Amino acid sequence: MPIRRVFIANRGEIAVRIIRTCRTLGIETILAVSKADRDSLPARLADKAICIGPSRPSESYLLIDTIVHAARCAGADAIHPGYGFLSERMALAALCEQQGIIFIGPTAAQIDAVGDKLKARAAAEAADVPVVPGGSVSSIDDSLALARRIQPPFLVKAVGGGGGRGMKRVDRIEELEQALSMASAEAGAAFGDSRVYLERFVEHGRHVEVQVIGDGLGGVVHLGERDCSVQRRYQKLIEETPAPGLSEKLRAQLHKAAVRFAERLRYRGAGTVEFLVDVDRDVFYFLEMNARIQVEHPITEAITGVDLVAEQLAIASGRGLRFTQQEINFTGCAIECRINAEDPLRNFQPSPGTVSEVQWPAGQSTRVDTHIGLGSVVPPFYDSLLAKVIIHAPTRSEAVSRMRVALSNTKVVGISTNLDFHANVLADPEFIAGGVDTGFLARFLDRGDVRKESDCRG
Amino acid sequence: MKLTANDVAEIMRLVDESGFDEINLEIEGVKLSLRRGGAGKISEIPSIPAQMTPDPSSPAKIENERKANTVMVVPEGAEVVRAPLLGTFYRAPKPGAEPYIDVGANVEPDTIIGIIEVMKLMNPVRAGVYGTVLAIVAKDNHLVEFDEPLMFVKKAS
Repeated sequence: MPIRRVFIANRGEIAVRIIRTCRTLGIETILAVSKADRDSLPARLADKAICIGPSRPSESYLLIDTIVHAARCAGADAIHPGYGFLSERMALAALCEQQGIIFIGPTAAQIDAVGDKLKARAAAEAADVPVVPGGSVSSIDDSLALARRIQPPFLVKAVGGGGGRGMKRVDRIEELEQALSMASAEAGAAFGDSRVYLERFVEHGRHVEVQVIGDGLGGVVHLGERDCSVQRRYQKLIEETPAPGLSEKLRAQLHKAAVRFAERLRYRGAGTVEFLVDVDRDVFYFLEMNARIQVEHPITEAITGVDLVAEQLAIASGRGLRFTQQEINFTGCAIECRINAEDPLRNFQPSPGTVSEVQWPAGQSTRVDTHIGLGSVVPPFYDSLLAKVIIHAPTRSEAVSRMRVALSNTKVVGISTNLDFHANVLADPEFIAGGVDTGFLARFLDRGDVRKESDCRG
Repeated sequence: MKLTANDVAEIMRLVDESGFDEINLEIEGVKLSLRRGGAGKISEIPSIPAQMTPDPSSPAKIENERKANTVMVVPEGAEVVRAPLLGTFYRAPKPGAEPYIDVGANVEPDTIIGIIEVMKLMNPVRAGVYGTVLAIVAKDNHLVEFDEPLMFVKKAS
């Protein structure tokens, strides 16, 4: 069924991003807005904006019934959930299926299959995709036996957690019992699910993820990998593709593993299979699958020339995969910096407010995905992402140096941003060398370079 | 003094271009109150009928509305009763039944003035004020957005 009118259940830059592709394809857009977002850029760009509730997400963007009711009344054929909010909530996909509205994403069953860490882990093992040594724990005796097999350090994870929430590092077996009961209690309170599992903690790991796209019938194509190791407390800051310094063998294995995993699920739509690359052992483990479009998708678009949102729409409307693996060509390197409204000098505290002056970079192979313009208000209710600056260049070193120029041509006044912080990271020798692990940013912060540099600037 | 439609349009344009959100004008017995923005999209823009089923062969075109600066005329001294949530607004408990209230009715804060339905869940809407209903601006059986004006009530003094 062709999609003629899309209801967008999201906000910010991703709403702008989805509207842009819909416009190109001649698809009408209806945007759900909270009261705080009524005058936002996406609200002005959409063909129509419908106010679904007050500013707090729990009273607006997270209301499944309200979103579906609004979409139905507005005559939308499909709902695009973007990322975050309801994008990976099985209940939304299920309600769409029941109401005859196309959910632009995987099936409810697939969301369920990858949303639960234990189920996803089992699915990976079934698809012959390596997982981090470890497993679920139900009793203390079990967990001690398991712990002796995999050896410390350990990571205790909440089954219902994600994005770094509900994780604990444990360095000694003697500390395990206490850590497990604490983690379980915390997980129960935070996620309504007290199940935890135990796995080997990888000391030097890189976060490498593979973009896949599936037709829902078992056909899956990968669009290369992204290295997202520059993270602060599991929040990605800089992403790049291809992942620097990987052996071609490991890279090919990663791609194949991601495709195998998605094929086995008969995955529908765009998704990302995340892996942890164990640098010391030169092996990789499955982490999880994200059943949605990702924040960092533009770098993949840059080097493949594929519009991922357009492909999402094509698959959702039943047109299937429009290319084979052989038809995907990878050209050059791409890097993305996430510009956030946060203050690195105040422990990255969010900095809501009104933007009184703004200038985004422009130029050949420079892309900026943003919802922020002059006078834009950054409400305190949502995440702090202001813009994504994406550079595409023939080589990594050119991409990095062009990014530095691009960011020096960027200006956001009225709120604090991490622009200077990005400049410092991009000048760091370890980053410039490439292939940093996920501990890089914490070490960088410990060295205190941020403070020094920013103080010099006054 | 006579205030023509063109005059009102001109005043609206001035308000639109100004930094003000609200204007109360009184000229020789004529009172005019204009407000923009915060009130959201309202009366002059037709709501989308709730019962409208999407027809894929010929979807009704969405008028390219500019939402930010719509202007609503609120009667002098009137209290606006707004939709507490998004949903389909019904004036009566069931089709064909008498509406909960009509223009001229006296309401109290607890008086039910209509129902807002979200996915078959009926939510009664209460007046929230003491007064007399001046106008019902939300259309029966149509989608209302969150915070959209449903009716105007002259507050009891």
